[in-house]
Amino acid sequence: MRLTPKQVETIEKVLGYATLIAVAVVLVLPLYWMLATALKTPEQTFALPPEWIPNPMAWENFTQVFEEVPFGRFILNTVILVALNIIGELFAVTLVAYGFARLRFPGRSLLFLLMLSTLMIPYHVTLVPRFILFSRLGWVNTYLPLFVPAFTGSSFLIFMVRQYMMSIPFDLDEAAYIDGASRLQVFWHVILPLSRPALMLVVVFTFVGVWNDFLQPLIYLNDPNLFTISLGLSFFQDVRDTNWNLLMAGSLMASIPPLLLFFFAQRQLIGGISIEGLKG
Amino acid sequence: MVRRPPLFAAWSELSRERRKEAISGYLFISPWLIGFIVFFVGPIIASFILSFTQWNIVGAPTWVGLENYTDILTSDVRFQKAVQVTLTYAIFYLPLEVLCGIGLALLMNQKLRGIGVFRTLYYMPYVVPAVAASLVWVWMLNGRYGVVNTVLNGIGLQGPNWLENPATILPSLIMIALWGVGGSSIIYLAGLQNIPEVMYEAATVDGANRVQRFFRITLPLLSPTIFFQLVLGLIGVFQTFTPAFIASGANGGPLQSGLFYMLYVYNRGFVTLRMGYASALAWILTAFILIVTVLVLRSSRYWVYYETDRGTNK
Repeated sequence: MRLTPKQVETIEKVLGYATLIAVAVVLVLPLYWMLATALKTPEQTFALPPEWIPNPMAWENFTQVFEEVPFGRFILNTVILVALNIIGELFAVTLVAYGFARLRFPGRSLLFLLMLSTLMIPYHVTLVPRFILFSRLGWVNTYLPLFVPAFTGSSFLIFMVRQYMMSIPFDLDEAAYIDGASRLQVFWHVILPLSRPALMLVVVFTFVGVWNDFLQPLIYLNDPNLFTISLGLSFFQDVRDTNWNLLMAGSLMASIPPLLLFFFAQRQLIGGISIEGLKG
Repeated sequence: MVRRPPLFAAWSELSRERRKEAISGYLFISPWLIGFIVFFVGPIIASFILSFTQWNIVGAPTWVGLENYTDILTSDVRFQKAVQVTLTYAIFYLPLEVLCGIGLALLMNQKLRGIGVFRTLYYMPYVVPAVAASLVWVWMLNGRYGVVNTVLNGIGLQGPNWLENPATILPSLIMIALWGVGGSSIIYLAGLQNIPEVMYEAATVDGANRVQRFFRITLPLLSPTIFFQLVLGLIGVFQTFTPAFIASGANGGPLQSGLFYMLYVYNRGFVTLRMGYASALAWILTAFILIVTVLVLRSSRYWVYYETDRGTNK
C-alpha cells in the first residue's frame, strides 16, 4: 500500500509532536519533582515508592522555610546585590559602548581587541589575586567585591551593546550636532533611547548572572546574615540533615524569579543570543 | 629622522576637533579602562608573580622560584586526580553537548504549531540557578529515595547509588549538565534559521533525501556555530565548579572522583589559604586551555565551512 503525500504529512506531524512531547517530559521532570517534593510532608518525602502527586499537599513548607533559615534575609540580600549590579552595568556599559561605537580616538581598535581578549581568558586566573586585592582593602565579608566591579562594565555586555549601537545610523548624531547638541546630549537623547532593546538585555543578563552566582558569594561572604539565596541554599543543605521537602521549596523559590524574567523577556533574549552566536 | 611611536604620531596629526573627540572617547571608555587595569591586568600580573611564592595571605610572601610548579607537576597526587577527572568529564561531555544541542535545536526548528511553547520548555532548565538545579538532581539521584532509581526500577533495572559511588559520579554530573543543554540549543537554532530555505529546495529538486540534506547542507553550514560552541564549551568545562561543589562536596566526594580542577584550586586557595600554590594551579590550567583552544582554532580550517572565505586566504 502506498501512502498519499497528505498521509505522509500527517504521520510526520504526529511523529514530530510525539518526540517534542517526550523530550519535554524528560526536561520538565526535574522541575516538576522540585515542586512535588516541595509540597510533601517529611513522611511523604521519604515514602517508598515515591508519591508522584503529593496528597495532601503541604503548602505550609513555603512558610516553614522562612522559619528554619533566614530565607527572607537571603532574598532581600540577593535583590540588593542584583539592583546594585544592574545600576553599575547600565552606567558603565552604556558609556563605554557609546565610546567604542560612536567616537574616534587613537588606539580604539587595539583597546577594543584587548576588551574582547578578556572574554577569552578564563576568570579563574584572576580569582586568587582579586581575593587578595579585596581582602587588603578590607572588603571581605562585605558586598563591595560583589558589585563594585559592575561599575566598570562587563566586557561581554559592552561588546553586545556596542554592536547594537553600531547599527544606529550616524546621520542621527550628525543632525543633532548640527543642532548644537553636545556629545553627552547625543548620548543621552539620541543613542540611549534607541538602544533600549539592548539595554533590556543588559538588565536580564545581569539579573540572571548575579541571582544565580554561587562562587563569588561563597568566596567573599562568611556571615550568614549576608548570604545570597544560592549560598543560603547550599548552607541549608549542610546544616539540616537534609530536609529535602524544605530544601526543594527553597530551590523552587530561588528558581522562580529568573524563570519569570526569562519568560517575559524571551523574545529579546533569543534575539540577543543570536547576535552573540553570529559573531563566532 | 626620529621614529615616533604610532600613537603619538596619530595624535599630532589630529585636528583640534578630532583631538577633542578623542578626549571624549577616552573619557567615555574610562570606566572600563579603569576596571581593566584594576580588576584584570593588575590581578593577572600579581597572580603570575604570586605563583612563584609561598604565601598564606598573612605576613609576607616567600619567593620559592619554580617550586610550586615542580611540586604540582611531579608529586601532587590530588592535582593528577583533578586533571584526570576534568579531562574524563570533558571527553565525554563535550561531544554529548554538541550532539544533544543540535538534536534539540532540530526539534525546536520544526514548523509545527505551538513550537514556541516547546522552545520555552527546552530552554527553561538553563535559567534555573546552578545551585537549585544541582540540588534537585542530588535529590533525584538519591540511591534509595531518588526518583531516577524509581523509574529505573519500574523498567526492571537496579539503579546505582549515583553520587555515593566513585564510578557514577561523573556520569551523574554529565547528566546534570546536559539538563541545561537548551542554552546552547538556542544558539544552534539561530544557526539553523540562518540557513537559506532555497538551499533545501534546490537540493530537494535535485533528489536529495532528508539524510543527504542534513549531512550536505545543514551540517556544513552549521559548522561555524558548532565551532563557536565548542570553544565556549571547552573553556566552560574546565571551569566547572558549582554542580561539582554541590553534588560531590568541596573535596570531590568518594575517592575524590568528582574533584574538578576548579574545586581543587578553590581548596588550595580559599580553604587551606595557599595563595601561591593556587595561583600556580590557575596558571597551569590557563596555559592548558590556551593550548587546547589554539589547537581547536587551527583544526577549524579542516572542518569549519565559511561561505564568504572560499578561495580567499583566511
